[in-house]
Amino acid sequence: MTWKRAFTSSIGRKIVMSLTGLFLILFLIVHVSINACIFNTLFDAGDKGDTFNRAAYFMGSTFLIRVMEIGLFVLFFIHIIQGLMIASNNSTRRGTPYQIKYGNRGSRWYSRSMGLLGTLILLFLIVHIAQFWVPSRFGQLEEVQVRNGTAMVHNLFLRMEQVFSHLWVVILYVLGCISLGYHLAHGFQSAFRTLGVHNKKYVRMLVVLGNWFSILITIGFISMPVSMYFGWVHQ
Amino acid sequence: MLDSKIPPGRLEEKWTDYKGHCKLVNPSNKRKLDIIVIGTGLAGASAAASLAELGYQVKAFCFQDSARRAHSIAAQGGINAAKNYQNDGDSIFRLFYDTIKGGDYRSRESNVHRLAEVSGNIIDQCVAQGVPFAREYGGLLSNRSFGGVQVQRTFYAAGQTGQQLLIGAYQALERQVALGNITMYSRHEMLEIVKIDGKARGIIARNLITGELERYFGHAVLICSGGYGNVFYLSTNAMGSNATAAWKAHKQGAYFGNPCFTQIHPTCIPVSGEHQSKLTLMSESLRNDGRIWVPKKKNDTRRANEIPEDERDYYLERRYPAFGNLVPRDVASRAAKERCDEGYGVGTSKQAVYLDFAAAVMRYGHIECNKHGIANPSAEQQRAYGLEVIKEKYGNLFDMYEKITGENPYEVPMRIYPAVHYTMGGLWVDYELQTTVPGLYALGEANFSDHGANRLGASALMQGLADGYFVIPYTIGNYLANEIRTAPIPTDHPAFVEAEQKVADRLNRLMNIKGTQTVESMHKRLGKIMWNKCGMARNAAGLKEAIQEIRALREEFWRDIRIPGSIKGVNNELDKAGRVADFLELGELMCIDALDRNESCGGHFREEYQTEEGEALRDDENYMFVSAWEYAGDGKWNLHKEELNYEVVKPTQRTYK
Amino acid sequence: MEHYTMNLTLKVWRQENSTAQGRFETYQVSNISSEMSFLEMFDVLNEQLVIEGKDPIAFDHDCREGICGSCSMYVDGKPHGPWRHNTVCQLHMRAYKDGDTIVVEPWRAKAFPVIKDLMTDRSAFDRIVQAGGYISVNTGNAVDGNATPIEKEKADNAFGAAMCIQCGACVAACPNTSAMLFTAAKVSHLALLPQGHPERKTRVLDMIAQHDKEGFGSCTNIGACEATCPKDISLSNIARLNKEYRNAALVE
Repeated sequence: MTWKRAFTSSIGRKIVMSLTGLFLILFLIVHVSINACIFNTLFDAGDKGDTFNRAAYFMGSTFLIRVMEIGLFVLFFIHIIQGLMIASNNSTRRGTPYQIKYGNRGSRWYSRSMGLLGTLILLFLIVHIAQFWVPSRFGQLEEVQVRNGTAMVHNLFLRMEQVFSHLWVVILYVLGCISLGYHLAHGFQSAFRTLGVHNKKYVRMLVVLGNWFSILITIGFISMPVSMYFGWVHQ
Repeated sequence: MLDSKIPPGRLEEKWTDYKGHCKLVNPSNKRKLDIIVIGTGLAGASAAASLAELGYQVKAFCFQDSARRAHSIAAQGGINAAKNYQNDGDSIFRLFYDTIKGGDYRSRESNVHRLAEVSGNIIDQCVAQGVPFAREYGGLLSNRSFGGVQVQRTFYAAGQTGQQLLIGAYQALERQVALGNITMYSRHEMLEIVKIDGKARGIIARNLITGELERYFGHAVLICSGGYGNVFYLSTNAMGSNATAAWKAHKQGAYFGNPCFTQIHPTCIPVSGEHQSKLTLMSESLRNDGRIWVPKKKNDTRRANEIPEDERDYYLERRYPAFGNLVPRDVASRAAKERCDEGYGVGTSKQAVYLDFAAAVMRYGHIECNKHGIANPSAEQQRAYGLEVIKEKYGNLFDMYEKITGENPYEVPMRIYPAVHYTMGGLWVDYELQTTVPGLYALGEANFSDHGANRLGASALMQGLADGYFVIPYTIGNYLANEIRTAPIPTDHPAFVEAEQKVADRLNRLMNIKGTQTVESMHKRLGKIMWNKCGMARNAAGLKEAIQEIRALREEFWRDIRIPGSIKGVNNELDKAGRVADFLELGELMCIDALDRNESCGGHFREEYQTEEGEALRDDENYMFVSAWEYAGDGKWNLHKEELNYEVVKPTQRTYK
Repeated sequence: MEHYTMNLTLKVWRQENSTAQGRFETYQVSNISSEMSFLEMFDVLNEQLVIEGKDPIAFDHDCREGICGSCSMYVDGKPHGPWRHNTVCQLHMRAYKDGDTIVVEPWRAKAFPVIKDLMTDRSAFDRIVQAGGYISVNTGNAVDGNATPIEKEKADNAFGAAMCIQCGACVAACPNTSAMLFTAAKVSHLALLPQGHPERKTRVLDMIAQHDKEGFGSCTNIGACEATCPKDISLSNIARLNKEYRNAALVE
């Protein structure tokens, strides 16, 4: 069995999806944790976005992290391309469509709509990268000095405030995060099943865990643009 | 004179001796020999797989879309084997004896003994194939009891033993397909045997998708096409189960053995109306735990649960205390009919009796409560635990009952009534399973050989697999060893051309009738005649009438049938018409045989011949033989008799009291 | 149980043969008893059609007791009709009431081409089994049935998977038109038993390769198959299949 064959069969492709998906889930955890630093302004009036800016700076500070960042892009790329291919391939297998659809009687809508949800997330992602990652990485952002130090870092906090002052952006982000939530609600447990977790006890646990995870991630991410828009969080 | 080719020697040594002396075909010659197998049920699939493993080139045919859909799949209860894993006194001899006795002393001793001898190997083979038999907590195979037997020798896989065994055989078959040793022809129906120089040399089959007739050559042909219970229209057989392959073989010279021996199964879901297309069996294994009863009062209209214990007549336990609810099928069926005929039947049709699990629920509940350390369980607690056990044992059957009737059998007793289930009769075969046509064999339910006048529960699966896995691979070599010099005969041989023409003519004739009646309606009418006059009880006057009625119906069929569509392409009505046309001939032969056999034995109950208590009265003096009928033209048959010599078992009146 | 009769409107897919263009035809059936099975209702309709000299509707069916797996009708958007854990032959008319309209379609999958009307060609399943859905043991090779004790739970799970009747409802139901539940049931059945161990690696790889070759979609763990399966075959079998595949393809 060559590696190529192992990863290109219908199950092999799923394994690729699940492995990349799980790494992206790890990334989400890191991402949401770092972003959560903006809420330090609520507890420390002098913070002024400093905790968040430093954390964000750290995420681009070392060679290792930069390499990992490239890896992350590669994973995103594989997950997206593979996912779109699977979705489009599967959609051609039916032939004549049914007159009456099975619909929600047999499964959940978001399990059936991973391709659609993924595409929505992709569109959101493009906007998101253009708004934050590109300016940060290619240095178009205003710099600010960190507290208790001398280094200058990008003032991403300010950038967030600016971006999230527009209602349409906030709505876009909320929708993007909800898509992500549903994508995860299926993807989380599905990834483990694909890797062969079949013990019913663990599968049940993973389903519950996955649902909570999706809810928390969604709420976590949504809370940021919303709190900035309403000015609950500010410099 | 019929030569049954029973090997000489002591009964228990015959098979070993035969195997030691039969001719063999060397492996390089096996590759040059073609074998045609008709039907892919337990007998057909196991034979095809085993013969292909030996190296023969096999062509397997089934009319279904996949080999795995043959009706063996519907067998529920289990498969017998003399393993004596339960240490309850079972042995090869006892299985042999029970089968002979259960068959009311109308089967061939040597065949039945061989069946008992190989029964154990079948279980081993199936386990090795991955058949998931039920197991005990210790990991060993579990057994249950079946009717007519006092030991636990039935192996089972919940309520679908047949499906599991067939999947085993089917997988073995598909493995050989993958290896190129079997060519599988599904959605093909055999419509003629091709004989050359008196030997079976091939078949004409109809491709049920294209409608084309196709010719296939074989050095030998195996008919494994099952029984003919669908003569009765309503039976537990599948809609497609038919006698056509066996009947064509019969018309080409294979004698038909004991056609009147049909088994009526006591526990089926009763008929609900005129629309009914088939009947559904409730496994005999239910009689392990279910008690059969009717009200003591005639025409009692109370609900089952409202009838107090002392007003119930557990008639099987009353009449047959030794075997109780586990008497053989023929006995249980007749007893149910007797009660219903007397006016004690239940349900709206009054053609049903109760099968009640209440007592078993409480009994199991008591055991479970003990296991769980509940000292003084309430009745509810006990019942709840008991229902769990019943659910595990019979859940799928109970669910099926509820789907069909809309009644919940966990709450109210099941209503059951006998229905046609199996045909002991079939193509006459000798010890080697060869019919009277050289090179033409019959296996499984399609032959007559092992069950005499009544088959015991869980023996059909055993026989089908015994024939296919362990008998035919030896006996066919004895014939084919002489055929190694026969090169494959090209299918443009005149015999093939002529056979195909005959089939085509018949199909054209059917299509051109263009009458007014549907095949289905004719089949229903045939079924009614058969059920009323050649069913659970028969008498001379009724049988004579039946013969006349069937002849008239046959004439009407060929005059007034209506088949839409064309010969080409899918035409289910045409497929059905061919089968019903054959049933219309076979039905007559069944009545002729039943009329000829002036005795009652097993499934054949002639009202004129019964004891004072209403039990079957056998006539060993005059009827200790197999009736083998030779086809002699439309509506004509010659009777040949194969005497049955009982060397080991001494026939007595069969008693289960 | 109260019995009643009903009049129904049926919209049925009619297609002359595999290459012809199909279409829906509308039929009326009357005086259908609530005690009839769904296929008996079709029998009534077909009798009616034959008498009118029309071509009856072709559909696969055989045992009519839910075990042979022949019957295959997609009724009102659900394979095998509205009841759970059921085949269409066991569906009874008490599920409907007077005046209902019922839409009946064949299984839809490129891998299951329509042969005629509601009949489809499911031989792809046979070929998946041929690829490895067996244990290679020739007749006569077997050791005693009790030589290898098998943990009851494993035997029961193997049986649970082996209950598959190969009807194809999982494919018909799957939004991806995947046959993974069928394939998983076979792989699980054999992988759970010690007898199936020697070939477990090649089996799973070959069967998956054949599954893909037949043109089925790939599984994305949606679960419509499990919800539809007349024999209640669990989705966890697919996870077990994935494990078998992982071990076979990636570990060695």
